[in-house]
Amino acid sequence: MKKLKYALFTGCTAKQSTPEQMMSTMAVARKLDIEMIELTEASCCGASHLQDYDDFLSLVLNARNIAYAEKHGLTMVTICNTCQLNTAMTKHRLDNNAELKAKVNEKLAEIGLEYKGTSNVIHFLYAIIDDFGLDKIKEMVVKPLSQFNIAPFYGCHNIRPSELHNESHKTKENPYNPTSLDDLIIACGAKNVDYEEKNKCCGFHVELQAPHTAAVLTGNAIAGATDQNADMMVTPCPLCHLKLDTQTKSASEAIGREVSLPVLHMQQMVGLALGCTPAELGLQHHVTDVNFI
Amino acid sequence: MSTNTITTQKVNFKVFRFNADNDYLPYYENYTMDVTSEEVVLDILNRIKWDYDGSFSYRRSCRHGICGACAIKVNGRSTLACKESMTTMIEYFGNEITLEPLSTKRAIKDMIIDKADFWEKHASVTPYLVADIDECPSCENLVSPHDAEELNEADLCIQCGACHYACPAVEINSDFFGPAAFAAAYRFEADVRDNDANRLSYVNEEKQGVWDCVKCYECAEVCPKDINPIDKITKLHQMAFKKGVAKNNVATRHAVGFLHSIKKHGLLDEGGLVLYSEGPSIVKHIPVALQMFKKGKIVMPWNMPKSDKLDEIQKLIKSSSTVKF
Repeated sequence: MKKLKYALFTGCTAKQSTPEQMMSTMAVARKLDIEMIELTEASCCGASHLQDYDDFLSLVLNARNIAYAEKHGLTMVTICNTCQLNTAMTKHRLDNNAELKAKVNEKLAEIGLEYKGTSNVIHFLYAIIDDFGLDKIKEMVVKPLSQFNIAPFYGCHNIRPSELHNESHKTKENPYNPTSLDDLIIACGAKNVDYEEKNKCCGFHVELQAPHTAAVLTGNAIAGATDQNADMMVTPCPLCHLKLDTQTKSASEAIGREVSLPVLHMQQMVGLALGCTPAELGLQHHVTDVNFI
Repeated sequence: MSTNTITTQKVNFKVFRFNADNDYLPYYENYTMDVTSEEVVLDILNRIKWDYDGSFSYRRSCRHGICGACAIKVNGRSTLACKESMTTMIEYFGNEITLEPLSTKRAIKDMIIDKADFWEKHASVTPYLVADIDECPSCENLVSPHDAEELNEADLCIQCGACHYACPAVEINSDFFGPAAFAAAYRFEADVRDNDANRLSYVNEEKQGVWDCVKCYECAEVCPKDINPIDKITKLHQMAFKKGVAKNNVATRHAVGFLHSIKKHGLLDEGGLVLYSEGPSIVKHIPVALQMFKKGKIVMPWNMPKSDKLDEIQKLIKSSSTVKF
């Protein structure tokens, strides 16, 4: 197989509140011999909040990010569900609206760039499943996580709106019954846990403006996984991770029940199964203790 | 699958049963049927009533996806029974299918729910045209095709409630208007003839308004008419800023804060955003922030990373901004 090479859009949390996500992404890439060219010029995707304020500006900024991936002639890989949504949404809108694309390109021309629409945008989860291959990952597992029941937490912005996401990757995900993360858990040798909240919202985006709603959603998710005997959760989204890992106190208060589960980033789970060390994967950066792993 | 061959398969239906007049608790009844590839979910509801139990109750009327009466939940997914093919449902969920009302806690009898909260919220957003149109106009009150395009999608809403009862924010916060009411509000806010003075600020109020949307995209996914309610919610946010209706509060500052942060760093400054949004209320985040700091999850302002070629980003912000707040 030809060596895989991607343009990596890290997003903002990987550089700040989830350093372990950056560490584990690079560790897994090394193990799988995937080359990552980091898009150091990229800006924030707007996280759907800049989009609430200024739609056109957010389109221009996201188009600029994609244009840099295009310059490398590479598929852009995201490691955050919300980055994936906002970048893929920009691509979808520009690729389907010549007038809008021309308007955006008029602005990008000021800095000598052009958005062409030649680079695909996919989340790292689908890059390793579709491009690298689940079977190959399975073959490379040296430390199967067979003693663990792991609950997948998909995160909204990777599965909804399904029409948009199923445009960008080969795995056709059913938003009501997603399977990619379950398959990856099984490939890592662990047992996947089925529970009602696996495809639900964690509440991250309203943590400041609707803290009660946000806390209940987080609490419900952890409680749902706990009740199905999960030893830990795993998510491809750093924002879900922040919510599930750091906000257990407010979540417990909101639902009137003490809840707390270790939460791994998807990359950390794969990294552990492939034999990376906990330190390499940044497990020391978790607020909810994961040291038992 | 082939469209010209009708196939049949055995499906077990686990059906929610409840009669608020007699039952203390709801229960589920199982019906196993041979389902043909041509049937829709409503056919199954009809067969339960006609072949098994005449007391089984559900709402139905037009059978053509127009009246919005027959929305129910299939394996947790809100759906319009007369429009949804059983083949798709089996493809999605296999041969064990659960039929439930849109909201089990609002059940009156089997699939029938008390939709009062939906209608109250819908009515509260002034879901009609408010315009000073001369009663005896001398000419037509024209809307150009271009202007009509802005509202056409939202106008297709049939008030089935599928999105409303799929919305997690509605479930948790009983004041929250919900996606259908917002789509209706947008329908008239986007109408060039409308000049209602209160609607936009009413749907921008804290606790009840658009700012409590959790951005889960459940509404976009379930809508049987492809109205994409969250897209209308986003447009209501944008309108609030454009028309100067947005108030200075934690939610609006959270949106504007992204711009300030990107202008300064290219990236989002997480701590800076919380400070900008919360103001003095930031103190309530200190306990969690301390825990995060101990684990190396907080970057100090002086170490804040910046995007390369930040000047490009700043130049684009200058030339491409369309809103001022």
